[in-house]
Amino acid sequence: MNGDESIAALRRGLLDRRYSAVELTERSLSRIDTANETLNCFITIDPDGALAAAAAADSRIARGEAGPLTGIPLAHKDVFCTRGIRTTCASRMLANFIAPYDATAVSRLAHAGAVCLGKTNMDEFAMGSSNETSWFGPARNPWDPGRAPGGSSGGSAAAVCAGLVPCATGTDTGGSIRQPAAFCGVTGLKPTYGRVSRYGMVAFASSLDQGGAFARDAEDVAALLQVMEGHDPLDSTSTTAEPTAFDGSGSMTIGLPGEYWDDLDADMGAVLDDATRELEAAGHTLKTVSLPHTTAAVPAYYVIASAEASANLSRYDGVRFGYRAESPDSIDDLYRRSRAEGFGAEVKRRILTGTYALSIGYYDAYYLQAQRVRRLIRQDFLDAFDDVDVIAAPVTPGVAFPLGAVTDPVAMYRQDVFTIPASLAGLPAMSLPCGLLDGLPAGLQLIGPHFEEGRVLELGAEYQRRTDWHRQRPHIIPLDTGGPGEVSNAV
Amino acid sequence: MDRETLARLARLAQLELTPEEVGPALDDLNRIVALIDEMRAVDTRDAAPLAHPLDADQPLRDDIVTESVDRETYQDIAPATREGLYLVPRVVE
Repeated sequence: MNGDESIAALRRGLLDRRYSAVELTERSLSRIDTANETLNCFITIDPDGALAAAAAADSRIARGEAGPLTGIPLAHKDVFCTRGIRTTCASRMLANFIAPYDATAVSRLAHAGAVCLGKTNMDEFAMGSSNETSWFGPARNPWDPGRAPGGSSGGSAAAVCAGLVPCATGTDTGGSIRQPAAFCGVTGLKPTYGRVSRYGMVAFASSLDQGGAFARDAEDVAALLQVMEGHDPLDSTSTTAEPTAFDGSGSMTIGLPGEYWDDLDADMGAVLDDATRELEAAGHTLKTVSLPHTTAAVPAYYVIASAEASANLSRYDGVRFGYRAESPDSIDDLYRRSRAEGFGAEVKRRILTGTYALSIGYYDAYYLQAQRVRRLIRQDFLDAFDDVDVIAAPVTPGVAFPLGAVTDPVAMYRQDVFTIPASLAGLPAMSLPCGLLDGLPAGLQLIGPHFEEGRVLELGAEYQRRTDWHRQRPHIIPLDTGGPGEVSNAV
Repeated sequence: MDRETLARLARLAQLELTPEEVGPALDDLNRIVALIDEMRAVDTRDAAPLAHPLDADQPLRDDIVTESVDRETYQDIAPATREGLYLVPRVVE
């Protein structure tokens, strides 16, 4: 056991009694203890809850009743409600909020036996691409702690990258799983809109938000998806579609969108060319496709996501839960100061942008126009999928940037240029490590038609059998440190 | 966007901006408006607005009672309550 095993390998180790779930959890806790001061990837660590869950997992294993994830350590992005453990959304607004219920994704993973170690850092209310908008300070990239781990699910990506946990949950509204996965060199999947229930996921933009997962490779991500997915009566937008099917990747036609590749920086372009050549060498056919409305995606997204955010975040009023300003002198003063003091600058920018786009005189020009553009972007993808099985694309324009380097909000928004279109179209999309640039990971994005996560994951797994980019680790925290010596030598 | 528009938006959104916040917020919001203006030139005459990425309708569940209100639990996390009520500053004189 060295902190870099797959879920399947850990499961074998547990079932063969080479180590116990309690030992595995103690080891994760010890690694978190060593690394979190530097990486700041956990907002809340729950040793007592984790050890109790691990002891229960050991009993289940002893009784021969192990579920698919029994005893596997996992962390939840702090956007998922967890009963009894605070859910902050990395905001001062919710810094002391303890949800009275579990998110459906949380309860499904717990039911499958996963052991929750704690809650990971993120951009405030999942609004950001660098983790720098967190009220708790940014998580840091294990490849270089001076750089951003990406966002918004940066803490989850960093925790998996550093081997603190083998897997973690995330959410993706415009790229919040895929971009941090690329920056940290781990595998991350945003499923089709509606695949994973949004019940108990603190809402940002409800027509875009989608839960997903990070792990070391596509096979592990598939194992998590199979537990997390499925219809939930508590979320009316959760799908009733058949569960993800895995039927062998076969020979596919892979589309390369000209609009994505044309403007790509030469170094990133070379790394991605190597990746697509590898797919070609595996027997797949490459074909250039066109997604003509790509440049309108970022502007349309910032209208739609901000409009939905301004509505969703109106619930934070200082009355029923969350932050309340001291000594308000009127109800309006209570609302305004609670929100002014409870929200950070980026959240306020999004609320104000959304309020603007929805206000009288601007609604047609902005909100309705953005929704029309959204249909064109979705149609671009549907047309492309008439000719190809999967689309391959970059995840990010460049590798992880230094913390503090991107100060213009619009420049930060443009970081998501390659992830936002699939979000607007509601498509499943995965980021997988495909190379190193100046010693930092680069990501390959595979986008599938609606509900074809299986195809995307199988192609990703095939790529990962032929390459070892997903096994590259920064070794900022040596993998063999932490935990009892007897356990670390056990495998 | 000018100061007056920003003040109106802040009022609508129940957000208070300090005098020091107004300048930087205006700069940022004007850059954001310039960004979102980039999509206004797209020809969308033949495209109906898309509210749901799968173009799905909102399904409705059966109209039956499925939840009980656990007031005590929910009010445990409220900033101020008394006798089952949420406390706010006096609204009616």
